[in-house]
Amino acid sequence: MSTAAITRTASSGRTIRAIHRHRLLVLAGLFAALAVTVALSVAIGAKPVPPAEVWHALTTPTGTESDIVVRSLRIPRTAIGILAGIALGVAGALMQGHTRNPLADPGLLGVTQGAGFAMVLSIMVLGVTSLYGYIWFGLAGALLASAGVFALGMVGGRSSPTPVTLALAGTAVSAFLYALTSALVLMDEQALDVFRFWQSGSIASRGPDVAWQVLPFIAVGLLLALFNAPGLNALSLGEDVARALGQNVTLTRAVGIAAITLLSGASVAACGALAFLGLVVPHLARPLSGPDHRWLLPYSGLIGAAALLLTDVIGRVVARPGELEVGVVLALIGAPFFIALVRRRKPVRL
Amino acid sequence: MTSPSERLVNGRPLRIGSASWLLRLRSAAVALILLASVAALMALTMRIGDIPMSVPEVFQAITGDGSNHFVVMELRLPRALTGALVGAALALAGAITQAVARNPLASPDILGVTGGASVTVVAITMAAGATTGGASGPLAEVGIPLAALVGGLVGALTVYLLAWRRGMDGYRLVLVGIGVSAVCTNVKYWLLTVGDVNDTGKAMVWITGSLNGRGWEHVVPVSLALAVLIPLTLLGTRSLGALRFGDDTVTGLGVRMNLARGLMILAAVLLAATATASAGPIAFVALAAPQIALRLAGVAQPPLVVSALVGAALTTAADLISRTLFSPVELPVGVVTAVLGAPYLIYLLIRVRRKARS
Repeated sequence: MSTAAITRTASSGRTIRAIHRHRLLVLAGLFAALAVTVALSVAIGAKPVPPAEVWHALTTPTGTESDIVVRSLRIPRTAIGILAGIALGVAGALMQGHTRNPLADPGLLGVTQGAGFAMVLSIMVLGVTSLYGYIWFGLAGALLASAGVFALGMVGGRSSPTPVTLALAGTAVSAFLYALTSALVLMDEQALDVFRFWQSGSIASRGPDVAWQVLPFIAVGLLLALFNAPGLNALSLGEDVARALGQNVTLTRAVGIAAITLLSGASVAACGALAFLGLVVPHLARPLSGPDHRWLLPYSGLIGAAALLLTDVIGRVVARPGELEVGVVLALIGAPFFIALVRRRKPVRL
Repeated sequence: MTSPSERLVNGRPLRIGSASWLLRLRSAAVALILLASVAALMALTMRIGDIPMSVPEVFQAITGDGSNHFVVMELRLPRALTGALVGAALALAGAITQAVARNPLASPDILGVTGGASVTVVAITMAAGATTGGASGPLAEVGIPLAALVGGLVGALTVYLLAWRRGMDGYRLVLVGIGVSAVCTNVKYWLLTVGDVNDTGKAMVWITGSLNGRGWEHVVPVSLALAVLIPLTLLGTRSLGALRFGDDTVTGLGVRMNLARGLMILAAVLLAATATASAGPIAFVALAAPQIALRLAGVAQPPLVVSALVGAALTTAADLISRTLFSPVELPVGVVTAVLGAPYLIYLLIRVRRKARS
């Protein structure tokens, strides 16, 4: 081997190690950012609680008013925020990876409209009135709608559905379900009243039970997503290349869809339409991670959780003594940020 | 499946001066059938109302001046025309947007039109409801369409200005459009929660798209927009066909890309804004009609004229169904366009896949 070749190998080894270190540093930075937003979310609220009392509530609760506020309102809310943020961020990155479409958001598989339709139906037909009741129906609706979209994409073809077919089938099913939902709520004022608040998207007053209810779904979804990342990397070279590299394309697609469904279905059922997060977060994560999904997925999850918590905190502060729903704050703050980012650098294409 | 070269043989060149088009026989046949169905569907919708009529009676009422003349000419014909024209305009805007964005999921929503219009109208409906007990009278007749038009144009201008940075980039336009329409959607959802639930219902009807009580004042703006913009977009067909290739290829083909794309986007914005001002953002037409049209015509890119006709047929058929199915309760037409268009789009997707397999 010539000396030139040896030098080149050595330097590329160094480069790979440097890239690796850089990626781990970014990962650590994102964890730190999430930790800061978690602290903010526990410490700041519509009711001002001094830091000492927050600490007291966390370490030695004695049942004071501040203890109750922190332990029964803010901690469950933060937990839901972390879960939903991670889930939507990862689901968004998976969705855009599988469809290779920057316009794709996790809602594209019909989860949002499926959840909304099932909830409205449960209110109108079965007379369900409790929030916990809606959430199970919402989850079931989300899973059914997404399974339906995938089945429609499969019909008539012998292989896995192409991304465009899948996205179009998803859009069609979503539009169909949303139309049925609007027809129903236009006939029933009570259902409309519940639906409009769910639709606007919020993580407030969910209680600890909701976090526990959705946790298993999100945990399984995240495991599937991590398992899916190498296959998705191969798929991004095109289905034929992926097949030539020994990938089982149908299996990779199916695992990816299952992960997206579980993650976005659970978060949408719990928090309403926050799908914008899943759309935007991957575009924020991609410049940091590059195209490798093994890094893009964790980055997206962490950014998603930090962004959701931060915007939720802002929504609690700006409209004191009331609150703004996180859905509208997310759009009002997140979108200008996103647009500025799109303008500043050349967008990383899929 | 026929190969592309066979299809080219099927086409006939049509030249007027220096402009030329390829007239495809299948597209022309599809267009004629669609035109006939739009006319038939319009005649069928005009039968419905407080005074039921048969189709011949409708035609007599239009030509003669019997007792039904006023009812048909002043109430039913404008409503039917609004439906067909608004559907055509939305579909045409959708076809242009999908070609410019090179994305089958694009619709005028990402140009900011429907988002801007919806937020404006929902804000007015919710605010007016709280203070005066509902938007009615002159505000409802002139104010809402005007506000929707202004809101739609402001939304589109915002998207375009934010996406402009030393020139225009199609991909950046799409991303900025996503951002702006996400803001609009969430602000809209939030506005729907602030007021009385009655006003929410009213606002929901508008943002779903409704043809109820539409008169000549709604027909005129849309028909003017279509009369001016259809010829202009047809002149740009060649540029639009070229725009589906990469930016470098487009420039290499001798198309002045920024100019062509800017003009095409402007046309789409004007079409979508006037249509939305007349009937609200009727859901799904702009997205589905071009996709249905390209599968019916068997071409690679949404064909403009066929898309417009599919949009008109879809909206008119939806209006007919929305008024007969649950009569006398009348659903907003936007509910039915989706219920009608979605299964058909899915059917077409499945059929194309089957064909590709065999």
